[in-house]
Amino acid sequence: MFAPEEFISTLTELGITHVVWIPDTTLGQWDEALRTAPEIELVQVCREGEAWALAAGLYLGGAKPIVVIQCTGLFESGDSLRNIVHDYRLPIYALIGYRSFLNAASLPGDTCLKFTEPVLDAWALDTVFLKDESMKPQFAEHYRKCTEQQIPGICLMAEGAA
Amino acid sequence: MSTPQAMPLAEALAVIHQYRADAVVITTMGAAREWQTLEPHSKDLVYMPSSMGQGPPLGLGIAIAQPDQRVIVVNGDGCTLMNLGCLVTLAAQAPKNFTLVVVDNGVYEVTGGQATIGHPTKRADGQPLNLADLARAAGFIEVYEFDDAESFRFEHETLHEPGPVCIVLKTTHQTEDISARSPGPPTERIQALRAALQS
Repeated sequence: MFAPEEFISTLTELGITHVVWIPDTTLGQWDEALRTAPEIELVQVCREGEAWALAAGLYLGGAKPIVVIQCTGLFESGDSLRNIVHDYRLPIYALIGYRSFLNAASLPGDTCLKFTEPVLDAWALDTVFLKDESMKPQFAEHYRKCTEQQIPGICLMAEGAA
Repeated sequence: MSTPQAMPLAEALAVIHQYRADAVVITTMGAAREWQTLEPHSKDLVYMPSSMGQGPPLGLGIAIAQPDQRVIVVNGDGCTLMNLGCLVTLAAQAPKNFTLVVVDNGVYEVTGGQATIGHPTKRADGQPLNLADLARAAGFIEVYEFDDAESFRFEHETLHEPGPVCIVLKTTHQTEDISARSPGPPTERIQALRAALQS
């Protein structure tokens, strides 16, 4: 959806200092651009639960992080998310890739399509859903809104084949 | 077979408390409970309620954001087992201002002392899991092990060596007054820490 340079320029305009992530097929296309972006530090973790806590630590230390993970990582990291954004009410923002939404051909029957949106609803987070290219500007708008209100937020981004 | 030597948790924490200097100290589970008996500091985070295993990445984030600020995370062995990947993340990031202390008693103390999967009774070879070797294998260069408080006190400067540092402390486990507890509302405490880090 976002070309690498477009994603970097958006993050830079938003003042984001750190991307805490685990790449998937779609998100991974930003890898080189993120690693070489002069104003952004890429922090890779082993499992997505780490990402929420690490981003929280960055926020406490004065940085402006964003978590970038796939929806499967959202499922895995529920307890960490619960702790950081509900127990401690830290305004951490995440961009979450929605596997198979645009194309389930490589993973027919992928239950990400069944569970991603209900799980996000269950976590009661302010969410914007980018279903197609025309909705891309809503990412920056939503990030700014969540930052102004000091609340956690999610940008759910439709992905194609796994 | 002789009983392995180990130190009381309270004695181990007393050494960290005495020699922390201006470090952020994040404590988890049993260590979090006992830390509350010591004089508080504006850069304490008693990480309760917690997401088990997420204390080290929380501290790592602070260490990355503030490279001149020492961060000490006191994690249990059970917490460490819940997120072994964090050892790899820590070693990859290699923050010079980060110290991971693992208090290793072999059990989930706050839930009643059930053996962890790293306890000798749960392992095919009958040997305790060697967390220091795991840290080395993950890429930590500075790894220390202590099984008595006096040795740890004598080598207290390890807490502030260029990191990432991993210190494994063999501790005994308590059987009374063991429940996890929080010192107060988490939102107020985390904002107090944030304010201390920004000042």
